[in-house]
Amino acid sequence: MNDNKNTRVVVGMSGGVDSSVTALLLKEQGYDVIGIFMKNWDDTDDDGFCTATEDYEDVIRVCNQLDIPYFAVNFEKQYWDKVFSYFLDEYKKGRTPNPDVMCNKEIKFKAFLDHALSLGADYVATGHYAQLRRTNGKIELLRGVDTNKDQTYFLNQLSSDVLEKVMFPLGHLPKSDVRKIAETHGLATAKKKDSTGICFIGERDFKTFLSEYLPAQPGRMTTMDGVDKGEHDGLMYYTIGQRQGLGIGGPGGPWFVVGKNLEENVLYVEAGENNPYLSSDALLASDVNFVNSIQDKTFKATAKFRYRQRDSGVTVTQQTDGRLYVSFDDEEKAVTPGQAVVFYQGDVCLGGATIDEVYKDGQRLDYLG
Amino acid sequence: METIYFDHAATTPLHPEVINKMTDVMKQNYGNPSSIHQYGRHARKVVDEARRVIAQSIKADERDIIFTSGGTEADNLAVVGTALKYRDKGKHIITTNIEHHAVLDSCHYLETIGFDVTYLPVNTKGVVELDDVKQALRDDTILVSIMMVNNEVGSIQPIEDIGALIKDHQAYFHTDAVQAYGIMPMDVNKLGVDLLTLTAHKINGPKGIGALYKKHDVKLQARHFGGEQERKRRPGTENIVGIVGFKSAVELIHGTELHRNAHYQRIKKLFFNELNTLSNVCVNSELDETSPLILNVSFLGTHIEQVLMNLDLEGILVSSGSACTAGAMESSHVLTAIYGEQSERTKSAIRFSFGINHSDENIKEAARRVKQVIERLRKLNN
Repeated sequence: MNDNKNTRVVVGMSGGVDSSVTALLLKEQGYDVIGIFMKNWDDTDDDGFCTATEDYEDVIRVCNQLDIPYFAVNFEKQYWDKVFSYFLDEYKKGRTPNPDVMCNKEIKFKAFLDHALSLGADYVATGHYAQLRRTNGKIELLRGVDTNKDQTYFLNQLSSDVLEKVMFPLGHLPKSDVRKIAETHGLATAKKKDSTGICFIGERDFKTFLSEYLPAQPGRMTTMDGVDKGEHDGLMYYTIGQRQGLGIGGPGGPWFVVGKNLEENVLYVEAGENNPYLSSDALLASDVNFVNSIQDKTFKATAKFRYRQRDSGVTVTQQTDGRLYVSFDDEEKAVTPGQAVVFYQGDVCLGGATIDEVYKDGQRLDYLG
Repeated sequence: METIYFDHAATTPLHPEVINKMTDVMKQNYGNPSSIHQYGRHARKVVDEARRVIAQSIKADERDIIFTSGGTEADNLAVVGTALKYRDKGKHIITTNIEHHAVLDSCHYLETIGFDVTYLPVNTKGVVELDDVKQALRDDTILVSIMMVNNEVGSIQPIEDIGALIKDHQAYFHTDAVQAYGIMPMDVNKLGVDLLTLTAHKINGPKGIGALYKKHDVKLQARHFGGEQERKRRPGTENIVGIVGFKSAVELIHGTELHRNAHYQRIKKLFFNELNTLSNVCVNSELDETSPLILNVSFLGTHIEQVLMNLDLEGILVSSGSACTAGAMESSHVLTAIYGEQSERTKSAIRFSFGINHSDENIKEAARRVKQVIERLRKLNN
């Protein structure tokens, strides 16, 4: 069944080393490979400089090296409507959104996938560090072999229907090997620095960026008991568990953000890493997606509440309203509304949901915002 | 699968005869036309001959032809060069909002240094109204720049009428004629233009060589510095190989304009009639009163990017208006000017442009593949 050359794979290419090697590996395996660059954000500055243009130039260089066709598609409107609007709305609500999860759900594995299918693609491939296991018509999402790079957290909203049309050729490789492959083949992007942070913000300062879209409303910073600790720059700039940038001096620190009062525009801070206000033992989550539906009303799993966290033991209960009640084996620190909770059994990523409410001893921690 | 090229408005294949002439000069004539020895004279002779042939093809004086690196540079030199030279006589410029970016961006630049530019709209056929030009003229207008044939939809502008209209006005008149050259006989005197842009690579000549016709009494501020070439208006060692290729291409088409026009009208109609068996195909601008080399159609219910890529994968090479910007497609400014940015037409417009390798057979084959792609995409998009 070696008809790779009749299997068309459209690779989402960002101009980075990971997607470059993705295209290279597929080309070496004999697939009919097409590279497509997605332009989702316009950051053209006053001098006409645009990082997307630079990145697309790199895509062109690599595709020419691999001798595969390349195109660019523009999803700026979809990105704005589906990802950026959500991102701003969440901040307005005092939550901490995860635009990468939304981008995968709405853009890379929806708008882009649809586009690729319209080009007669059998699969789309990306440079995500995740694996897919296809057995007897069933498809499962597995963590990437490189546990440090594993990106299943961001892929938690993809269903098996979508994943059937997906390939993650890098999932079985450690990042260092990917670099090596790029260097061995002399790919134009072999030495390119990995991008960091949220794609549309890039290297810019997060606060400055956000303030261009949402008016900053400075207010008071107090302890949970109301002791004034100074001024905050605007609630949206802070996330639960944040330690940096509070500007609180004196003894008794370090200080942490433990909550927000949106109505009164107050940021709650408390001292000490093990401050009880930071800990919780359960959560309620919506926007539930399981890669493959799960019949059991209640099941055991491990979970991540943020990217790159270690797994924690949890018990998940599927409620009749479609939401999930997740109780933790041990107390957790700084579980934050707006972030994704992602479930695993062993190496299998079961799916995930968005954290809405956080509980401790049966009480909702409404100070989390 | 035969690849069929439909992007002649972007560029054309070199005519074999042009290649021969260019290789000959590459082998035999490498002198610098500015050198005072015999090799210099040999090279200079070639440049002079080419200049004469090109001048004659538009009924101009050979002294009024300035070689440039192509259409963009000629447009830049015409617009910016004139504006800067005559800024003391006024700072107002008139153009249209369907010009090539070589003109539009020159105007945008001039606006940043204090010039005032009027961008005229066009009617539903993509043609500027004479009355609008008349209304826009002011005492301080120094330049009117309006293209002869639009590169995206093929609409033909009333250049001769505009020329007559501003004959007694101080404003100079520039027209970008790169898409018109070769399909209509051209006489700069009859047209009433002071400046006219030409390029070789749209008429099966080489890339990297173009010309600006500049009536002798028009003065230009140079955009390049450093030599006496082109009488200082465009210094830099002459691109002799390109110039020879340009000349050869002109020789091949000059005198055959009307014949070519009729031939491509037939090809264009044939292709359109084949396509028109699909439902919801709209011709943008007009089928008949436009350039026979350009057919811009919207396949309602599809998206440009999707169609372009699919046609490419099926071996049909087309484009959508101007080349893409920043690695991604932006709405065509020409279709936006005619139909609005949000129009279904603007979002689904594809430009087919015709050229020397088209035959009835491959035109029909191309139409068959296009129809297949469009039908598949429409089904998918529903």
